[in-house]
Amino acid sequence: MKSTILAAHAVDPSLQTFENDVWWITLIKLFGVFVLLLLLTLFTINYERKVVARMAVRPGPNQVGPKGWLQSLTDGVKLPFKEEIIPKTADKVVYFIAPVISATTAFTAFSVIPFGGVVNMFGQQTALQLTDVPVSVLVLLACSSMSVYGVVLAGWASGSTYPLLGGLRSSAQMISYEVAMGLSIVAVFMTAGTMSTSQIVKAQAEGNPINILGWEATTPSWYAILLLPSFVIYCIAAVGETNRAPFDLPEAESELVGGFHTEYSSFKFALFFLAEYINMITVSAFCTTLFLGGWRAPWPITAVWEGANAGYFGLIWFFAKVLLLLFGFIWLRATLPRMRYDQFMRFGWKVLIPVNLVWILFLSYVKVANNELSQQAKWLSIVGIVVVVLLVAMLWPAARKPRQLSLEEQLATRPPGSFPVPPIDLQVPPSPRARRAVAERAPATVGGDSAPSAPSDDKEV
Amino acid sequence: MGTFTGSFKGFGVTFAHMFRKVITTDYPFTPPTPAPRYHGRHILNRHPDGLEKCIGCELCAWACPADAIYVEGADNTDEQRFSPGERYAGIYQINYARCIFCGLCIEACPTRSLTMSNEYELARDSRQDLIFTKKELLAPLLEGMEQPPHPMRLGETDKDYYVGALTNPGTSVGAERAPWSEAGTDDASTATGGDPRPETAGTQRKEPV
Repeated sequence: MKSTILAAHAVDPSLQTFENDVWWITLIKLFGVFVLLLLLTLFTINYERKVVARMAVRPGPNQVGPKGWLQSLTDGVKLPFKEEIIPKTADKVVYFIAPVISATTAFTAFSVIPFGGVVNMFGQQTALQLTDVPVSVLVLLACSSMSVYGVVLAGWASGSTYPLLGGLRSSAQMISYEVAMGLSIVAVFMTAGTMSTSQIVKAQAEGNPINILGWEATTPSWYAILLLPSFVIYCIAAVGETNRAPFDLPEAESELVGGFHTEYSSFKFALFFLAEYINMITVSAFCTTLFLGGWRAPWPITAVWEGANAGYFGLIWFFAKVLLLLFGFIWLRATLPRMRYDQFMRFGWKVLIPVNLVWILFLSYVKVANNELSQQAKWLSIVGIVVVVLLVAMLWPAARKPRQLSLEEQLATRPPGSFPVPPIDLQVPPSPRARRAVAERAPATVGGDSAPSAPSDDKEV
Repeated sequence: MGTFTGSFKGFGVTFAHMFRKVITTDYPFTPPTPAPRYHGRHILNRHPDGLEKCIGCELCAWACPADAIYVEGADNTDEQRFSPGERYAGIYQINYARCIFCGLCIEACPTRSLTMSNEYELARDSRQDLIFTKKELLAPLLEGMEQPPHPMRLGETDKDYYVGALTNPGTSVGAERAPWSEAGTDDASTATGGDPRPETAGTQRKEPV
């Protein structure tokens, strides 16, 4: 019995699998995802606190429960029971709706994440994924876009300055980095040929044969390796998207108190807190699905253990990868200082997006060249591209620095009536304090008549 | 290239720190043991027969730079004898909201009546509770001691008490220890049978490692 389980093979779900689900199976899975997200959030908060603490040579929470692992649970129980303070200037209806939007979209996003292949659940063959649609990746992106509403409405409805600033920053940041994130996913669509999350995982099961200028090779199965630039850009954009350090400008405790949720307390604050951590888990799970082969075991394990991907075993690999990515988030937070807002925006718009566009262009060329061009046309096109790139590089308007004016020239060009400037040859007398310091350091002469004039200075101290 | 690799060095630093020994002390479960001569709260010592060493001279109060000590001397009589000799401290108070634990009072004390213990858990809920009186400060009665007032048991006159007293300081030996160390005298608050440490009451102490 045991051996049959261990040797079983993974069954990939198709979109039809989800349509065949009985209603109560869907209900069970729905409940399962909900509970899982709550538990995972509680775990992640503790996980983060412990890892950050260890990186700061502290033990972290260690009092509540075994080794302190129930700390976030008690915190979570405490939060809804705290006093709820609603500012007088708050727009009551919007103030209430904002955290609800945040939490709802955060939960919804997880419905299209595949946790595993097809399993036998109470006699029914069903996939370990709540649902899947042909455009499920877009559903996910839509959810993260919708969550911006929660943030910006919370900032607006609080009727207070800092939340408004934090909400504006937050929405600007999330929208900017969503562009980079969406573009990085385009490469995955092009390679996988589908937008369904379960099919993207399936496409990463094995590497595809590829012909690079007559040289036959097999591509690596994970898109993290095959589409490395996209993966790197996705990871950076995900950190920006979730408002995590070093991109935690909207919260910026030192400048904006707490960002958009400054005026929130009690259960509404708990909802924002929950949404923030769920978002973090979602982007990690999404990254796992798109780039790290989803619930499939990494290569050396599949080589040793045939049935590593079968049935519920997919959960192990899925969560291992998600926790690893979450560790990355925490590591970033413990290591990097917060970026300045203009640096952050410049990085997003002027680096991530152009690099992404060039990368997509290159990728589509490779695809077209592989599928449609003859060998000769390939060579010709490569020569053409090189020539065009060289031409552009040569004709690029050089950023010439203006000549540095000398001091005299700067003085001469001053408009009349400027602030008076001291003459260049002005001699500043040495500070009496500096003289005293020198005098004190002079060696003492005992009994000699070559005593320096310093002692008189000493006395006046 | 140097700046590029340099920007990733920090990740190595934080990762390596995860495997260091945690420096946090496990207070209040395993309170750290202070140095043997740590300046903790004061103790008013006794002679071996239980009479107080304090003669109410107020030198400690005069020495105190923080004005934390208040002493009012009183006369011993043959019926009411608290210390050998003429005088004793009728009122003795140390205000721990003011005390800076400099130890000048200890140096000023002519009879080595006032010494410092190693106890540092002095947080209290109110300022009033931070003013320690004779009740809290007096060393507990050890074996063979008798609660004053009582006549001098160790000699006819106070000279018999004080000659050689500096080399034989009675209970001040061992008073300069933490209350939880094996040889130390008990804290005054434990001696009166009250709650040992109100601030950490209910905390399970572990054995120090």
